[in-house]
Amino acid sequence: MGYTLNFNLIWRHFDKLSGGLLLSLELAVISIAIGIVIGLVLAVWYVSAGRVVRGVIAAYVEFIRNVPLILLVYLVFYGLPTVVDIAYSAQTSFVATLALYSGAYLVEVFRSGLEAVPRGQIDAGKAIGLTPWQRLIHVRLPTMMRITLPALSNTFISLFKDTSVASVISVPELTYGAQWINFNTFRIVEVYLVVTAMYLLTGYALLFALRLVERWYRTAR
Amino acid sequence: MATSSNDRPALLDIAEVSKSFGPVEVLRSVSLQVAKGEVVTIIGPSGSGKTTLLRCVNFLESYDSGSIRIDGKEVGFRDGGARQRRSERDLAAMRAETGMVFQGFNLFPHLTAAGNIMLGLAKVRGKSKTEARSIAEHWLGRVGLAHKADSLPAELSGGQQQRVGIARAVAMEPKILLLDEITSALDPELVGEVLAVVKSLAEDGMTMVMVTHEIAFARDASSRIVFMADGGVSAVGPPKEVLAAETTNERLRTFLARFRASQF
Repeated sequence: MGYTLNFNLIWRHFDKLSGGLLLSLELAVISIAIGIVIGLVLAVWYVSAGRVVRGVIAAYVEFIRNVPLILLVYLVFYGLPTVVDIAYSAQTSFVATLALYSGAYLVEVFRSGLEAVPRGQIDAGKAIGLTPWQRLIHVRLPTMMRITLPALSNTFISLFKDTSVASVISVPELTYGAQWINFNTFRIVEVYLVVTAMYLLTGYALLFALRLVERWYRTAR
Repeated sequence: MATSSNDRPALLDIAEVSKSFGPVEVLRSVSLQVAKGEVVTIIGPSGSGKTTLLRCVNFLESYDSGSIRIDGKEVGFRDGGARQRRSERDLAAMRAETGMVFQGFNLFPHLTAAGNIMLGLAKVRGKSKTEARSIAEHWLGRVGLAHKADSLPAELSGGQQQRVGIARAVAMEPKILLLDEITSALDPELVGEVLAVVKSLAEDGMTMVMVTHEIAFARDASSRIVFMADGGVSAVGPPKEVLAAETTNERLRTFLARFRASQF
């Protein structure tokens, strides 16, 4: 094997990767932000709803969780516009898809967190005369957050990595940038080594930041 | 209106309350009146319905029949006898009139000692943050924890947590304080500090209904003892009278014998 690593071509096109990483982060942040809203609203609704609503929410969660993300991306980007008369960019399409996708996972995270809030705390909230809404805001959600933060961090990291799927519909995020460099330089080993390192470092940085948030949340007063 | 043993109008009037959990009848037509300023302790074997009765008083549990009134006002159901459950808003307002201290403390883990006390003051009583804080500090001082105002529950011992629990309840200036086996989850050496707080509240004239296994405390600190067995009131009266009734009350005798045995 006479392959010698040569990173020069990678550095020459590094803007594709740095710009790609920024877009990956942007996609993740926007999708997760929307996903958090979907997840919180549906989780709170779920734990207090009757069977019909629970069934609908569970169906949404099960559907999303049992269909590969890449298929959902195709469905929303290629499928939907052929059936209904709407047009959107690949990027918007992906954000919408990942938001729905993360929403489904976050419903589960938040729901199990809400259900794990000790009965006694809710009783204590009732006993001092808090209304159901006040109990939700001041007792159940803060406790849920402490319970779910570790699981939430893992979900966020995982969703960040899922942004790489956007490359299949040519959204120029990090993985797409890697493919572009690969096609134009044939430096497949070098480019994927660099990109792997970039995902790894970003993932670790996110995890570290989220652990700080967890620690802050545990000791905040 | 029903009157209590000493002929003052009852602040708390429990009348023929019954409740079943499925096929199990946990309360059988329980009646009990508590006058303002009275300290009533409820003793009895596990499963006799003590805690359930207490939880009915602030409607943490609903009941199937009978009525519970505080200051003449029906607690969980609308006035008018239709047994229509009050709205959540009404229930919250009613519950704010009773304080409750729990066996498991149930402090809000994300709030400091002061924060636990301030929550109800701010959100239910509408006090400003500074006002709530100064009330919280006052009560923390009363329970000997002024220096722990900014500690989280996880940083406090069980006895300290329970004293915060008491402060949280009394800071709301409830008409009546419900204490549910508040020393049962504590290490023996921490029981005393909590009971001392209860005693000082009793001396202040706080109306209290207390479910407890501390028979000696019940004897020394309460105006009346209620002995419950099998979901009903088996004996009620001044401590000496009730405890003396073991000669004639079979179930009380068995209960006290078991209690004494457990003291060694």
